[in-house]
Formats: sequence, C-alpha cells, structure tokens
Amino acid sequence: MLFTSYNFIAFITLVFILYYSIPKKWQWPLLLVSSYFFYFVAGKEYLVYIVVTTVSTFLVSLGIEKLRGKQTDYLSENKDTIEKEDKKKYKAGIKKRQWQLLLGCLIINLGILAFVKYSNFSIANINTIFKITGSSYQLSFLNLVLPMGISFYTFQAVGYIIDVYRGKVAAEKNLFKLALFVSFFPQLVQGPISRFSDLAATLYEHHAFNIHVVSFGIQRILWGLFKKLVIADRILVGVNSIIRNSGEFQGAYVLVGMLFYAFELYADFTGGIDITIGIAEVMGIRVKENFIRPYFSKSIKEYWRRWHISMSTWFTDYIFYPISVCQPMLKLSRFSRKHFGDFFGKRIPVYISVFVVWFATGVWHGASWNFIVWGVMNGVVIMISQEFIPLYEKFHKRFDVEGKFYYRAFQVIRTILLMSSLRMFDCYRDVGLTFKMFGNMFINFGNIFEVFNGGFMKLGLTGIDYLILLFGFTALFSVSLIQRKGSVREFFATKPTVLRYSMFGFIIIVILLFGAYGVGFDARQFIYNQF
Amino acid sequence: MKKKNIVIGIITAILLIVSLGVLQRLLMPKFMTGIVEGSLVEEYYQEKSKHDVIFVGDCEVYENFSPITLWKNYGITSYIRGSAQQLIWQSYYLLEDTLRFEKPDVVVFNVLSLKYDQPQSEAYNRMSIDGMQLSMTKINNILASMTPKENILDYIFPILRYHSRITSLTADDFKYCFGKDKVSTNGYYMRVDVKPAGVFPTPKKLADYSFGANAMKYLDKMTLLCKQNGIKLILIKAPCLYPHWYKEWDDQVKTYAQKNNLDYINMINLVDKIGIDFKKNTYDAGLHLNLSGAEKLADYFGAYLVRNYALKDHRGDPSLDKIYNDKTAFYNDMKQSQIDEIKRYGYLKRFLVK
Repeated sequence: MLFTSYNFIAFITLVFILYYSIPKKWQWPLLLVSSYFFYFVAGKEYLVYIVVTTVSTFLVSLGIEKLRGKQTDYLSENKDTIEKEDKKKYKAGIKKRQWQLLLGCLIINLGILAFVKYSNFSIANINTIFKITGSSYQLSFLNLVLPMGISFYTFQAVGYIIDVYRGKVAAEKNLFKLALFVSFFPQLVQGPISRFSDLAATLYEHHAFNIHVVSFGIQRILWGLFKKLVIADRILVGVNSIIRNSGEFQGAYVLVGMLFYAFELYADFTGGIDITIGIAEVMGIRVKENFIRPYFSKSIKEYWRRWHISMSTWFTDYIFYPISVCQPMLKLSRFSRKHFGDFFGKRIPVYISVFVVWFATGVWHGASWNFIVWGVMNGVVIMISQEFIPLYEKFHKRFDVEGKFYYRAFQVIRTILLMSSLRMFDCYRDVGLTFKMFGNMFINFGNIFEVFNGGFMKLGLTGIDYLILLFGFTALFSVSLIQRKGSVREFFATKPTVLRYSMFGFIIIVILLFGAYGVGFDARQFIYNQF
Repeated sequence: MKKKNIVIGIITAILLIVSLGVLQRLLMPKFMTGIVEGSLVEEYYQEKSKHDVIFVGDCEVYENFSPITLWKNYGITSYIRGSAQQLIWQSYYLLEDTLRFEKPDVVVFNVLSLKYDQPQSEAYNRMSIDGMQLSMTKINNILASMTPKENILDYIFPILRYHSRITSLTADDFKYCFGKDKVSTNGYYMRVDVKPAGVFPTPKKLADYSFGANAMKYLDKMTLLCKQNGIKLILIKAPCLYPHWYKEWDDQVKTYAQKNNLDYINMINLVDKIGIDFKKNTYDAGLHLNLSGAEKLADYFGAYLVRNYALKDHRGDPSLDKIYNDKTAFYNDMKQSQIDEIKRYGYLKRFLVK
C-alpha cells in the first residue's frame, strides 16, 4: 500500500474516523491492529519477521529489567553486610548476564536483517571470488523477499533494547504496546527511526480530537504529497533518462542528473517523512523531525546533523560512542599516543570509529557495493574536512569572509555539490561506472552549451514540466526560508481564515493537477522504502 | 468567530468542488476531431424521443448501420449504443443504462465482442464508460471492465485520470469545455471516403475456439434482461471482412440462438444479397463500411425488421417527423461537409489523429 495510493488514503481515513470515535483507551490498540493490517497487506509473509523481532526484544528487555531489579533488591537487602569487592563482583555478574541477553537479542534481530538483506549480496561476492580464483563452483542465490521497512523497525527495536540495557528507559511490560512501538505503520515505510523515550508516551496516551492539531497534520500530509508527487516523481523522469542512458548523456548532463537526483531524493524522502509525521500528528502523536533544511548546511558535518537525523543519531549513539569508548579502542588510543605521538594518538581511534560508522551506514542503506563505497566516501570526506579545519581557520583570519552572505552561499553550494556527487553512487549501476561518470562530468563538460541549447528537452521532460518544477522548487525554497524563522504552519495560522482556507484549496488543486500519479505514471515507492 | 470560520470553510469547500468540477470538464478528452468515437456514448443522453430499435456493440454496429436510412425507408427509430472495441459486458451495461430511459421493441447485438473474455485496454474502456451518466449501472460497468492497473476512483472522478493533460491542453479543450458538438447521428459514425477492400492475412488457427465463460455469462445476462423487459433480442454478425469470424465461433452463436429462441443473422453470408461492394462500400479496406455501405445494410436490415418484427412505421408522426427532419438535415450536412473535405484535401482531415 503506497502512501500515495487511493487504498492508503481510504485506509488512513478509516483509521482516523475510528480513532476519534472509539473510547480513548482503545486508541493505541486500534493503531496496533491498523499497523499489523498495513503490514499484512504489504505481504503476509513479512509478518513472521516483525513478530520475531518484537517478541525477542520484549522478552529480552524484561529479562534485563528483571536482572536489574534483582540486583537492586539484593544490594538493598545486603547493603550493611556486603563487602565492596563482593558488591562489585555481584554487579559484574549481573552485567555479564544482561550483556549475554542483549547479545542474544542483537544476534536474533540483526541476524534476521543480515539474512534477508545481505545473504544474496554475500553469495554474489563469494561467487565473484570463486570466479577470480578460477573455480567454476558457484553458490545458488536464495529466494528471499526483503520485508518492508525491516531496516527501520529492526534499528528501532535494537535502539530500544540497548536503551533498556543501559538503563535509559524502563522495559515496556505490555507486549502489545511494544509491538505498536516497533510496528507503528506511518513509520514502517521509511522511518524515522524513533526512540522509545520520544515516541512511547505520545503513542500510548489518550488523544482528544483537536481541530488545530488535526488541521496541522493534514497540512503536513498535503505538503508531503506535494513534494513527492509534484516534484520528486516528476523530476524522476529526467533523472532516469540521464542515468539509464549513460552512454548518451555525458559531461554536463551528468552534472544535471546529479543535481536532479539530489533534489528528487530530497523531495521524495522529506515528502515521505512529512506524510509520516502528518499522519501521526492527525492522531495527536508527535514524531520527531527527521530533517532540518539539510541543503542549507555549510559543511558535510552540519549536513549530517540535519539530514535523516534519526539515522545519524542512531549510528552516533549506538555505534560511534560505544566503539570510541570500548576497551580495545582505549587501549589502541594509549598505544597510538605512546608510539605515534599525540597527533595520531588522538585521531586513530576517532577515525576508526568514523570509518566503522560510515561503513555500517553504507551497508544499512543497501546490499550493494555502491552503498558501501558511498558510506565510506562520506566518512573519508568528513575526516578530510576535519583535517582542513585549521586551514579554514587560517583562511578566515586572513580574509574577513565568515558570516558574509556570499561566503555562506558559497559554503552551502559547496556542500550541496559535494553531497550530490557522493549520491551519484545511488544512481549508476556499479561503483566503476559511478567513478567513470564522475570523471566524465569534467572531461566532457564542454557540452554544457548543448545542454542549455535544447539538451534539457531531451530528458523526457517538457517545458511545462520544467515550469512546474520551477514552481515546486520556488515553493520549497520559500517554505525553507520561512522555516528558518519558525513554523510555517504557525505562520499561516496567524493569517486571515480566508487566506488559510484558500491555501488549503490551492495546494489540493496543485497536487491533483500537477502530481505525477495515476494511469500513465509509474506508481513509485518512496526511495527510502528499499532501505 | 467560530461561526464565521465555519461559513468560510463551507464556502471554500464549495468553491473547491466547483473549481475541481470545472477543471475536470476542461481536462477530459473532448473527442471532437480525430478519434470522435469517444463522444458517441454520451450523445445518447441528448435524445428527445424513444427508439424502436437499439443496437449495442462495437465498431461493427456504429460504423455499419445508418439510423437515418432506417427512418427514411421504414419509419423505424433507432439508436446505436456502441463504442470502439466495446466489450460484451460494456454492451450489456449500456443496454441496462438505456433501459433506464426507454424500452425498445428490439435490441440488436453484434457478436464479434464474444471473442474477448477479459478486460482489454484502458483507452477503449474510457471511450465506452466515460460518457455514461453516473449510476449503479456505470459502476458495475467499471468494475467489470477495469484492467488490473486501473482504479474505480479514476472513473468516478476522471480528474484523477486526466490531470496530466494539464500540460497538453488544446484549443478544443477550452472550446468544448461546457458544450460539445454532435459527432454522430443516433450513434452512427459517418465516413464517406472509400478505400477498396484489400488482402487480409490468412486467419491463424486457434488453440481453442470456445468463447470464454465471462463473455457467455454476459450474453446470458443480456438475453435475460431482454426477456424480462419483453424486448426481442437479435444477434448479428456485421458484414466485415476483418477481423476474421471463424466458423467455430459462428456455430457456437447459432447453437446459442437456437437454444434461447433468438434470431441470429450472420451478414457476412449475405453480402451479395445486401448489395455490398467491398470495392466501393468500405472506407478502410473492408474492416468497416462507409456511408454508402451503411445505408445499404440499414435498408436490408430495415426490411428484415419490418418483415419479421412488425415494427411500426412512425413516418407521419408530427413530433417524430420534426425530430428526424432535423437529424436528417444534420446527417446530410455532415455528408456534404465530408464530401467537400475530400474534394479539398483528398482525404478526411477531421479524422486524423494528431
């Protein structure tokens, strides 16, 4: 059930009506039933995975919590008699058992993810090795279907169990409530990867109908549909023309394709998240923002603080920090300082952690070398940027440009170009071709005049399509500018009713008329759904 | 304040619905030139009088029978409810739709569409269904006709289907937004040009000649509907040289007709008797008849109807005379304008698909 399909609109309308018609205590169970129905429609064979993940996470979280309780009871009962050393030993024993439980849970959940998502990728690589080594032996591929949203709900469940292990959140005692947290349907398609501490309370509490909240939610949904249907799915035609015909579209066309894809991905992903947040909001549930105008970032580091925030913070909290402070890394740090000096001693552990995080980020995005190289390249660019900081500082001291509009514009454009060029790994079919086309962009850039002399019309888009896209981007840019000062919806809420309602009507008409949907258009899943 | 907001909300909603309604009219294909067949179905609702005979079927009825000849020669009032590649369930539902307005004495169904057992093409579905007035019959027709990728909402709210035409609107879309010209006379698609019959490929042998269960189900439903309404159903196979009408198909229709006590006329066997000359009476090399052929066929069929179904001659009825005088004038004007167009361009420019 696509977010943009009639079936989904009918489904969500029905859920909405029921949600506010039934007694409030039944609201969250209704969401659970709806989520499982949504998942069932997507593919009943997927259900087993999400059920296993939910039940294992639930049981292990209770186990960890029970051990924690046992420790508290034991220590309070024996606080006068227990020796410090014994206390430490007892605590270590409990911690070890909790760790074993956590590890088991991680193996199950990440194991499922690894099995369904990466088995065939691994087999393909093993077969390549066989081929290179001259062996004629080839492993058969497995007939596996990637369950919808598995990367998102698995990470959400893993985040939860680690938080329980760390004592950051109390284990949920109700299996069905935890099941809702893991499967909450608006998030299943493409995230965000919510934290239990952020989502649980708002998910389970009772929500009275509030016209203001519902209206805001609908506005957010409409804005998401506008981004997805009017911009993303329209510009997609141009993107596909360029990347699927790499022999024909070279040089400056590659640059055009790269920028088109960057904006398609932005409109597609943020549009999907707007719909997700809007659906939740309509039901009074607050889902954290996943984007803060990332294309206004002045550096890569800043970009990753503003793009897919829930994923970036997940990797930071659950991979980067644990690796950075783990015993082997601390040992390595000490070793490096001793043998290579402070400069390398400080950097080696951090850069190893950065590398691991970005490698994992690449792997998470998809079972392909393109994503892995994309992830690693991001890490490399961040590390290089980090090393350039003293150079920038010198430059800023020498030239008084920092904070100036033109310099900020330069930084923003530089970041967009850099991130867009890395995103080329999403586009072309393999790593080799991506590098080749990246090089080709510079070698054959001379055809830039051809691009502006009718070249745009070769991409499957008409002049009117470009006008619609121009209108779309102007709207996106304007909204982003208003967002810098505060909420756009609050901004419009202060305007006269006639203007607000007219805006509502206008955006509905624009989506209906200019949206790329229905017969003649390829109904497209959101890009991030495949991750 | 709240009251004021509600009023503004209602006004906005009304304006939105009206705007969408207008936009929908603007965006729907007009079928005024080129493929004018898309306009045939909706023209029926402008009819001011009832009809003795209703033809239902595909191009083999709406291009092959001249209702004006039936009127002029026999005083028979008739209407053709047909559209391009109209499938049997679409014919059934168009008949059901017609019965909401009138009960003819005779219904004539062309059997070629029995060869299709499943929905075929969205484009043809649209030409048959979009013109229908909204009713349960139309909804049932949609449900029966949709190809797997289609959605019923796209039919009920055609703006959802045609929204993408916003980037390719033509002057016709604005000109005919609120009113369209007539393109047919009682559902008859006129062509005066001539293209002699050519040579057709040898018919391929089929693995299975049986008509599909779904197609036969709708033939049963049509037979039953006619019986329930006291209407005589005649099955015909129009005299077209292509697509090939297999003997095995013909035998099945014969058997069905006998079993259900219906008349079945395979007009392919009557070409000489009717007087059709495929060198002169076809405009597309034998697939369909041109005006001269359609008039010959109507004349033959009118005589048959009078002979076997005792249809009343309405000539002399003042109200019908007036209506049919107007229709005949329109028919003659169209004929003359097509002749003039051929003289001017050497072909019928109006039917060129841009």
